[in-house]
Amino acid sequence: MTTGHPSQPATQDGRPERPGSPQPLPGTVREELVLDRIDRARRARPRVKEERITMSHGAGGKATQTLIEAVFLDAFRNPLLEPLEDAARIHVNGARVALTTDSYVVSPLFFPGGDIGDLAVNGTVNDLAVSGAVPLYLSAGFILEEGFPVADLIRIVASMQAAARRAGVQIVTGDTKVVERGKADGCYINTAGVGVIERAGTLGVAQARPGDAILVSGPIGDHGVTIMLARGELDIEADVVSDTAPLNGLIASLLAKTPGVRALRDATRGGVATILNEIATAAGVGILVTEDEIPVRLEVRGASELLGIDPMYVACEGRVVVVVDGDQAGQALAAMRAHPQGEQAAIIGRVTAEPPGIVQLKTAFGGTRIVDLLVGDPLPRIC
Amino acid sequence: MRFVDEFRDADKAHALAAKIAALCEPGRQYKLMEVCGGHTHTIYKHGLEDYLPEQVTLVHGPGCPVCVIPMGRMDDAMALAAQPDVIMTSFGDMMRVPGSHGSFFDAKARGTDIRMVYSPLDSLKIARKNPDKRVIFMAIGFETTAPSTAMTMLRAAAEGLGNFSIFCNHVTIIPAIKAILDSPDLRLDGFIGPGHVSTVIGCRPYEFIARDYGRPVVVAGFEPLDILQSIYMLMRQLSEGRAEIENQYARVVPWDGNVVALKAIGETMELRPYFEWRGLGFISHSALKVREKYAQFDAERLFSVPGVRVADPKACQCGEVLKGVLKPWECKVFGTACTPETPIGTCMVSPEGACAAYYNYGRLTRTRVKEASGA
Amino acid sequence: MCLGIPGEVIEFLPDQPDLARVDVSGVRRVINVGLLADDPPEPGEWVLIHVGFALSKIDEDEAAAALSFLEGIGQAYEDELAALQDSRIE
Repeated sequence: MTTGHPSQPATQDGRPERPGSPQPLPGTVREELVLDRIDRARRARPRVKEERITMSHGAGGKATQTLIEAVFLDAFRNPLLEPLEDAARIHVNGARVALTTDSYVVSPLFFPGGDIGDLAVNGTVNDLAVSGAVPLYLSAGFILEEGFPVADLIRIVASMQAAARRAGVQIVTGDTKVVERGKADGCYINTAGVGVIERAGTLGVAQARPGDAILVSGPIGDHGVTIMLARGELDIEADVVSDTAPLNGLIASLLAKTPGVRALRDATRGGVATILNEIATAAGVGILVTEDEIPVRLEVRGASELLGIDPMYVACEGRVVVVVDGDQAGQALAAMRAHPQGEQAAIIGRVTAEPPGIVQLKTAFGGTRIVDLLVGDPLPRIC
Repeated sequence: MRFVDEFRDADKAHALAAKIAALCEPGRQYKLMEVCGGHTHTIYKHGLEDYLPEQVTLVHGPGCPVCVIPMGRMDDAMALAAQPDVIMTSFGDMMRVPGSHGSFFDAKARGTDIRMVYSPLDSLKIARKNPDKRVIFMAIGFETTAPSTAMTMLRAAAEGLGNFSIFCNHVTIIPAIKAILDSPDLRLDGFIGPGHVSTVIGCRPYEFIARDYGRPVVVAGFEPLDILQSIYMLMRQLSEGRAEIENQYARVVPWDGNVVALKAIGETMELRPYFEWRGLGFISHSALKVREKYAQFDAERLFSVPGVRVADPKACQCGEVLKGVLKPWECKVFGTACTPETPIGTCMVSPEGACAAYYNYGRLTRTRVKEASGA
Repeated sequence: MCLGIPGEVIEFLPDQPDLARVDVSGVRRVINVGLLADDPPEPGEWVLIHVGFALSKIDEDEAAAALSFLEGIGQAYEDELAALQDSRIE
């Protein structure tokens, strides 16, 4: 079929080309060239092309990442910031300390399974826990809208205290500001947290390697769907509640029993799919997950189907994604399932060598497709 | 999920794939077009092409109602949204479609009141709740969605709502299929027929494809097994030398369509003499507009729109992709200048567009896929 | 956009004849069934839902027929595989 000269490939249907005319390349070669071009484009230095902030920048997907890298990292660049993990790991007089911060702008403020106060404590506790730290102290800054009911504030603060007690942390400092009616949508909260890392070694997504197993601690998408339904705009009723919970107990138990844990991430906005992409990109590895193995509640699947969204991109607030040495996958699973927060933990996939930076899903149907970073913002302001 | 999970069984898929392969004549290439964007999406989402033999190629058709909206109409929509006291409401799929000056999404960031809705009825609700505002619903879609828009207008009329109107961009599927059949660039062997459009128009409108063009059509459902079974039925027709209309989606599609739906459309809307389709040019009697009788719900009559025809950006090859002449990755700007975050054309913006589906789900050669799953 | 999802009709809304509550995997939503006015669905029947409207009823008999065709294909495939296993030429 070919002429034997590598520079003169035959056409797709085998007909030899006229000598001298431009040679159309066979289908698969052309496709490979395009895919390489795309890979290079994706690896290019991030730039924010928009003039104004859009809701995508807050969705936790591609736009958020680009904003962080092109604006914040670019300006603040230092070795402690660069890992861009959930918490920074710093040394203070010989002790290893983890420091993190998060802001909570969820709407509505109160929803089935919790409220903004629960999120504000649990979210920050979890960011510390996934860094391998024991969470100790939190700060709490409030931005309140003129006209906000004090009774609601008291409810929120009570939730925060209950959540703090459950997690074993104390809120030791804070701040309050009030802005005019029309801003702050009731109440925004920022919490920062510190914890101490006693465990040897460092956890980090860049350490994932081929053969590692990937686990998730429970059904995904509960929080995002709860918020979406709680907004009442979609006229959908379902028995879904937010999964907001402190994970430091589960994580401590897991780490104690499984030395081969490489990385932990809590799956918040952007969902499990975003975490998987972060792992693949940071470590330069591929990831293959199996749709059948990923736990999703029936109602979450139903709501997602109705709206045409994918649960893999829907936020959780009480789930951890674990990357662990493949040989210890069973151990890790047992350790998580033994804990109340991890009863429905599951092994969802493996880290592969190829193709680097790409997350793939083996569908329930047996075919394979890519799971890319989120573009756009199906669920604005969920945490 | 009932009526869903049963049609996603991998073992049956393998069985169908084997039967499809068995029907391939040695040395013959088969080109089948799936018209409907929803089918394109399913094919990529479930990795269905992995199940087909090399001889069978799927060509992606123009059945994506978002993808075929020309830039000029998008500019008109943006002009409407920018009017004082207007609340523009739209399906999620339209939010990122680029006009000459950005998309609804960009306009929202600049402060324009644009809201995403799931149903035109949600739009009515917004109109009731905001009597001092004028609410416009961006109506898009083929005959699948037109009945819902029609029923919404009838409801608005019954309630005497004075602040609700639609910007009508409904298009009809048959003229698009005919344009494909008449196109000299393409040689197709058969069609996977649109599933949900057919619940409204029925299967008869496709008869001319078999009768006048000698090509088989199988109306298909949207689950992976539906599509594989439809491909199998097409291959069977081809191997038996038949060209007929068959209905694989009989559990949902009635042969005669939905009379109530067709009546509602007929009552409230009529065909435009011609309409511009992105990539396909002007096609006569291919789109709907609001009838005179319901003029108080027609945004084009109530407001002035620029109505300027805007050519596609030079780099954009959406037209050829929509006709199935080019595969997404054959477009010169695919994946580099044109990505889901920075779309140049509609094929990349709509989740059903062939380019978006391929970029988001299929962006690997078959060999790489096999390597990865073996690892 | 072509998104059509099967849902089970639970009940009609008492004061609004065109509206019915449907269930999709435990999630419930009110939809408009006006397009099925010629042959309204009963509670327990399944409909295809698209942008808040029921477009069509799902015919259980046809669904069963489709499934049994697929079962048949699956069985024939398995039979062939088994036959292939059993038959050895050497």
